[in-house]
Amino acid sequence: MTTPPAPRQPSAAFEYLTTKKDEFVGWARKFSLFPYPFVTACCAMEFMSVSSTLYDTDRFGAALPRFTPRQSDLLMVVGTVTHKQAPILLKVYEQMCEPKWVIAFGVCASSGGFYQNYAALPGIDKIIPVDLYIPGCPPRPEMVIDGIMKLQDRIARDRHPIITKDF
Amino acid sequence: MGAEVFEQVRTALATQAREAVVAHGILALTIEPASLGEVARQLKGTFGFDMFLDVTAVDWPERDPRFDVVHHFYSTQHRVRVRVKTRVPESDPTVETLVPLYGSARYMERECHEMYGIVFRGNGDLRPILLYEGFVGHPLRKDYPKQHEQPLVPYRESK
Repeated sequence: MTTPPAPRQPSAAFEYLTTKKDEFVGWARKFSLFPYPFVTACCAMEFMSVSSTLYDTDRFGAALPRFTPRQSDLLMVVGTVTHKQAPILLKVYEQMCEPKWVIAFGVCASSGGFYQNYAALPGIDKIIPVDLYIPGCPPRPEMVIDGIMKLQDRIARDRHPIITKDF
Repeated sequence: MGAEVFEQVRTALATQAREAVVAHGILALTIEPASLGEVARQLKGTFGFDMFLDVTAVDWPERDPRFDVVHHFYSTQHRVRVRVKTRVPESDPTVETLVPLYGSARYMERECHEMYGIVFRGNGDLRPILLYEGFVGHPLRKDYPKQHEQPLVPYRESK
């Protein structure tokens, strides 16, 4: 014999919340950035610094690195990308599911930095779209945190189509 | 340090070496391309230069012959280095491979080949090692245009 569940007692406040779909989805997405660190060069040292205890990007819901592009939605390109590396970067980008964002971390990823030669790709935006550029050689951790927060602001303000015309 | 072994090398290779000077603690020999194999065999067999450090090249665009091919050897027994320079022309930038003597030369000769276009006769595997298949030219030659790029991924339209 089963007893029927007790009727729910409405509490005093916040039983319902009204919001806009885009704001709600944006709020959820901006605090669940899963970065894929595409780390190729010396900026990696600064990336370690910003993601470990002292600066701790995890505070922003943005630091659990996923080492497969299929589980991540933020591609952090950290360091110089060479022409030989470019097809790999493109493949990683294409394997990520929508929605996805890209951060160019440091001047080499942003523009090639001081490399202007046969080997280096002059900025990853030559092959994939970039949402945020963080300058510096390497950037200070504060600058990276500032960049992540700016990206989060943008995600919060963005439109987030859940059902697209293709569905 | 190493003065005795340098003197022995200098005496033994007097016929092959056009020039043999000690600079910065290294004995620098300048030899003809044809005698490279024999010099290396003697250095390794007789004088104990058992470690192949590097092979690289120097491009002198205005000079004929245009390239210096520079080998470095190290003796773990005497703890000294020797540098062997040989000059090759642009029309036939060929020297003998040292792979039969030193296995590690295989990879450094590949790098020297792709960067400078030096051909190592007898090294059967001169595929690119740092560059990629399909790269045209030799980027460390001085006439390679500084900003010339050969992208593998086509650039995006916008930007």
